[in-house]
Amino acid sequence: MKTNKFKIITLALVCAVATVSCNDDDNNGDAMASTDFSGTFVQQDQMARPAINTVFIASGQPKDDFNAAIPSAMGAKYQPIFESRLMALNPGYTTNALGLTAAQFTGVLATDVLNVKTSGKTTFFDGTNVLTGRALADDVIDVELILIFGGPTGGSNTGLTSDHVDANDKAFTTSFPYLAAAW
Amino acid sequence: MVLGLSLIAISGLILVAADHVDAPSVTGNAADITDMYTFQGQETNNLVFAVNTQGLLSPNATAAAAFNENVMIEINIDNTGDNVEDLVIQAIKKGDKMYFFGPYAPSATGTSSTIKTSAASGSVAISKYGAAAVTSTENGMKFFAGPRDDPFFFDLGQFQAILGGTATGFNNPGVDTFAGSNVLSVVVEVPKAMLGTAASLNVWAETKKKQ
Repeated sequence: MKTNKFKIITLALVCAVATVSCNDDDNNGDAMASTDFSGTFVQQDQMARPAINTVFIASGQPKDDFNAAIPSAMGAKYQPIFESRLMALNPGYTTNALGLTAAQFTGVLATDVLNVKTSGKTTFFDGTNVLTGRALADDVIDVELILIFGGPTGGSNTGLTSDHVDANDKAFTTSFPYLAAAW
Repeated sequence: MVLGLSLIAISGLILVAADHVDAPSVTGNAADITDMYTFQGQETNNLVFAVNTQGLLSPNATAAAAFNENVMIEINIDNTGDNVEDLVIQAIKKGDKMYFFGPYAPSATGTSSTIKTSAASGSVAISKYGAAAVTSTENGMKFFAGPRDDPFFFDLGQFQAILGGTATGFNNPGVDTFAGSNVLSVVVEVPKAMLGTAASLNVWAETKKKQ
């Protein structure tokens, strides 16, 4: 009896799947015309540079507030907050390897946009190019650790300037879509 | 070296990941952006935008993870240097496909968006977990949507130990907290000529929910 029940359920599921497939077939080719894209969409999350919200904004409501902010309104509101966070993380901060004071550095970071060059190499930092994009293999965490903890030369606080995870756990592809297949 | 760890603990500042699991109202749902990347494509006349969502998906959880038809993923591009979007590229799921619009100049900037259907640029079948990536090329652009390995790497566990005061520095070698985990990705490759003539752009990603 139980076996029969399972068979009936399975048959029903197969039928349901077949029905859905038929509906999909019917819609092929005219999806754009028949699909509804109306409505107003309101911001839930925002992100550009890696780890900015997570490093510089306190947990809970402040993170939601930052995610709902637009970049052009971030600088004035968040620079002082970021500066106090930076000085909490590294009370010895004077300048960093980019020569930026705490106010200057956090002034750059508080407006959360990713700077991208439209010609040449795109990288977060490769030793030569600074903030010309973000490539998949860029070790962005080490860059940020160096800028937060490394002092004017990048050589201070050596135990904190690299997490010693230097690459992804899967190789990227040279062609589209570039990201590796899922595990 | 003296770190203001107690101050951090008091203020409740916990570093998570690039933007993984970052805020209560979006954590664990389709609106949670984990990372965005922008880089020159294999064809150097193109720029590639990758936006990842729903981080730390285990392989067992990945097949069931899905984009949300009410959550638009929007790439914002400022090509005039004022940190206000001049162009947007929008991606939204309908059925088993991801539909793309733009790059186009939105009628209004800021936290609310609509979709200009006349700016449709293409669509792609959402790739299924465990199957080969499905891509499409339309109007000179390339499109992908579906599960991918999380490209982010970081010894988050050790950093949390440092912030928590139970460690004073990183280990060598470190441990990649994101090894073996997946994200839901949207990847778009766009001819640079569609993005204006500026030498430098400011870009950011947003998720926007239908009201």
